[in-house]
Amino acid sequence: MATAIRPSIADVWHWLSQVPDPEIPVISVTDLGIVRNVDWDGETLVVTVTPTYSGCPATAVINLDIERRLKENGIESVRLERQLSPAWTTDWISAEGREKLESYGIAAPVEGSGAEGRLLKRIEGLSGGAALTVSCPRCGSARTEKVSQFGSTPCKASYRCRDCLEPFDYFKCI
Amino acid sequence: MVQATAMQAAVHRAALFDFLLGMGDNTLILGHRLSEWCGHAPALEEDIALANTALDLIGQTQLWLGLAGEVEGRGRSADDLAYLRDARDFRNLLLTERPNGEYGRTLMRQFLFDAWHFLFLKGLRVSSEPRIAGIAEKASKEVAYHLERSRDLVIRLGDGTAESHARLQEALDDLWPYTGEMFVSEAHDLALAAAGVAPGAESLKADWEALAAETLRAATLEKPEDRYMHGGGKRGLHTEHLGYVLAEMQFLQRAYPGASW
Repeated sequence: MATAIRPSIADVWHWLSQVPDPEIPVISVTDLGIVRNVDWDGETLVVTVTPTYSGCPATAVINLDIERRLKENGIESVRLERQLSPAWTTDWISAEGREKLESYGIAAPVEGSGAEGRLLKRIEGLSGGAALTVSCPRCGSARTEKVSQFGSTPCKASYRCRDCLEPFDYFKCI
Repeated sequence: MVQATAMQAAVHRAALFDFLLGMGDNTLILGHRLSEWCGHAPALEEDIALANTALDLIGQTQLWLGLAGEVEGRGRSADDLAYLRDARDFRNLLLTERPNGEYGRTLMRQFLFDAWHFLFLKGLRVSSEPRIAGIAEKASKEVAYHLERSRDLVIRLGDGTAESHARLQEALDDLWPYTGEMFVSEAHDLALAAAGVAPGAESLKADWEALAAETLRAATLEKPEDRYMHGGGKRGLHTEHLGYVLAEMQFLQRAYPGASW
């Protein structure tokens, strides 16, 4: 019996780049940077995925979508593995992904401004925390204000633009 | 010799299991408490924020209790541990099972817990047990947002109107006696601190007090005097409130064992 020809790893990455995030469908799971590794273990394709937030309900849907997309491309045996460490960071969102977020109306994470860094600084120095400037994805104004730390999904905060007056989502740094 | 080593390993495993239950039970019970606000919070943004915080905590519960089941080695899943244990087997801090009360009280409870949670996770990130360090690394990023928010709201309400100030001060006075337990080591804490698995409970006290003092000062609230502190949650000795939480949370799995959807 002839051995089935295994698709190349590059092809697999390409297929994965077509799996959209279920909650923000303009970006793919590879844009998000949550697929950490793809490798063959014999005839089984092992896809290593890291969660964005521990309790994000999209995680289960993402796993199902990945499996379905790979099966559609003829891969019979797929195993999904969860990797926690190193923990996912918004720095892993690709440049393309950031552009897609902005044009979809979601402000991309401002680099180096995770709450953790601000808090650690405050605990060490016990004063202040860096002010965060999030620009409006619609008009580009820097005159924006935070409405709530938590938005429609775990990964987003709610903001409002004080120039064009539009509310918008901010993909917060972690 | 071999027997002694095997016994040490068993003792270590038991301590680790108790510790992991404590981590998972804190996040499970507080996550459940916060989810009681879903649809009832005073503003839509607050409703969403609490539901998101609860979601993070329940997500972390899956990681902690999942690992607890693995360490125990008896085939119990995170769900089994959450839904099929009785109150005496829960290891959460009494603070997490305090009833929500009014909104300011929920926020004060959250701040007191978040400040401890953040500092404890920071210590766990350098745990000698890599699976614990991995969960702590993940969770601490989420908890940083919880703390940032609860701290901000405690300041806004404490330094708000006379009414909001008075309510926050009352909440603080009532909840303060439940904070002492965070800094008292049980036998399993001591064993794990010695092995470099987790920071000693007492070691966080100074940082927590500094963080609480800074926030309370900004909130114009007065830190209560340290008097009698309640304890026992980490040993499974709970207040009557936990039973009601479990009755609601576990009802479905108790009435319809193994139900899933």
